[in-house]
Amino acid sequence: MIEIAQLEKHYQVQGRQISALRNINLDIAQGEVFGIIGRSGAGKSTLLRALNLLERPTSGKVVFEGEDITQFNTQQLQELRQRIGMVFQHFNLLSAKTVAQNIEFPLKLTGKYTAQQRAARVAELLDLVGLQEHAAKYPAQLSGGQKQRVGIARALANYPHLLLCDEATSALDPETTQAILRLLLDINQKLGLTIVLITHEMQVIRSICDRVAVIDGGEIVETGNVVEVFLHPRHAVTQSLVAENQALDLSLLQELSQRGQGSSLSYLLRLTYVGSATHEPILSRIASQTKAEITILQGVIARIKNTPYGQLIVELLGEENEIDAVLKLLGQADIRVDVLNHLLTNSPAHSQTQAQEN
Amino acid sequence: MDFSVIDWDDILQATLDTLTMTGVSLVFTILLGLPLGVLLFLTGKKQLLQQGALYALLSFVVNMLRSIPFIILLIVLIPLTLFLVGTSLGVAGTIPPLVIGTTPFFARLVENVLREVDKGIIEACQAMGAKTYQIILHALLPEALPGLLAATTVTTIALVSYSAMSGVIGGGGLGDLALRFGYQRFQTEVMIVTVAILVILVQLFQWLGDVLVARFTRK
Repeated sequence: MIEIAQLEKHYQVQGRQISALRNINLDIAQGEVFGIIGRSGAGKSTLLRALNLLERPTSGKVVFEGEDITQFNTQQLQELRQRIGMVFQHFNLLSAKTVAQNIEFPLKLTGKYTAQQRAARVAELLDLVGLQEHAAKYPAQLSGGQKQRVGIARALANYPHLLLCDEATSALDPETTQAILRLLLDINQKLGLTIVLITHEMQVIRSICDRVAVIDGGEIVETGNVVEVFLHPRHAVTQSLVAENQALDLSLLQELSQRGQGSSLSYLLRLTYVGSATHEPILSRIASQTKAEITILQGVIARIKNTPYGQLIVELLGEENEIDAVLKLLGQADIRVDVLNHLLTNSPAHSQTQAQEN
Repeated sequence: MDFSVIDWDDILQATLDTLTMTGVSLVFTILLGLPLGVLLFLTGKKQLLQQGALYALLSFVVNMLRSIPFIILLIVLIPLTLFLVGTSLGVAGTIPPLVIGTTPFFARLVENVLREVDKGIIEACQAMGAKTYQIILHALLPEALPGLLAATTVTTIALVSYSAMSGVIGGGGLGDLALRFGYQRFQTEVMIVTVAILVILVQLFQWLGDVLVARFTRK
């Protein structure tokens, strides 16, 4: 549906050239929820605005439904933008208009509908976002979540083919965030609407996106299915974004770890399993087949959009041959195993040497 | 104090003259100043129709007109006033200089008010595919309405005060009465009454303005 090719955006600031976007290549499919994640200043906002040409790229192509929109004239752009809805972090509602008038506004701009048609469409949209009772209120009388619902209804008014979300939940509290994300997912599934969203929160990506691109310093550093990127992040930026979402408490692990008792070996493992494996009692089955001790130190079982997954940090204590057997069994059971010993071994020794130096 | 010397018919006529000068001038000031202010805003830096050269020119003219003392403007504009209204005297002769004196002031206020409108709203309109004129008429001006009403109030009060100088060209009005009778003929009573009426008028305009601003504020 959207094809971005070799997109570049450079600014001249006091004679110096600043690159906001460098060599961006992306394909976004019809009907998917595509997330772009990055820290502030990474260029995600510029990238999102290149999709409806609010930001003119310096070079490169943005092909939307088969047409290179960077070649469009002003009038073509205005028509294009009526087919692309946009939702903003700070809602950007017209404060002088009521909820119903705000939603009606994009319909009025087209000049295509009669007052009756507009009223019918507004009623439909109010129903979709659950704001029927608030039609006559002004935005200032609404909560943040309600304002964003108005923003979403307004963005959907002209039956867009694509919805752009600019940090749509960043100004909302966690509970409201979940409600708005559910609404977006609902719209995506009900209307088959393609959604492109930008965010700095992995949580948002995890909740509703199918695919994700990680942007850093104006470049896409990683892209792929959310499950893959979330569970096995490759790039350092992705890893740190994921880590914020499910923090490894190293000092706690240190405390819980029984390492160094007797002659047995200790392994700190991260086990990741996805999909149907989540429902199977793999760990207890393995435990019954070995003399090695398996202790769960930390764990999470959750969902990435519709895919259940589990991630456990376990400590494995035992003789070498026992441990090898367990690792083999884990491998057979379609569980990804990462050995995390290196995270623990260095830190105490390091702090000791420092203490001696002082 | 002997208030019996006051000719109340004169006072009434002067009050009506002041109201006429203020009212008619205000209408023309808004008709000319609002578009000028919108143009100043639009051509400004990083705005919808950014035009550095045009903005600089408009801004220069506005500043220049604002820097000329009104009393001088009254005299300098006599030929233009004659051409526009057929006389350079009286209430009619005062209105063109009043309009030319306050239009740049009002335009600058309008520009400032429009700059206060959230840029996100303009961006949202653009994202909806709104044309520039639609953004101005349906988003910018309605959003700025409370601020525009406040600017109009300030301008109205400035007009009341400017109109007091119209006596120089035989204009009439309360200020003129205060000057001719109260000051030049030492009738302190006239001075007191006219100034009191001016105070009441200004308070009234300000109150009315505040009511309207509150009525249209949705934030």
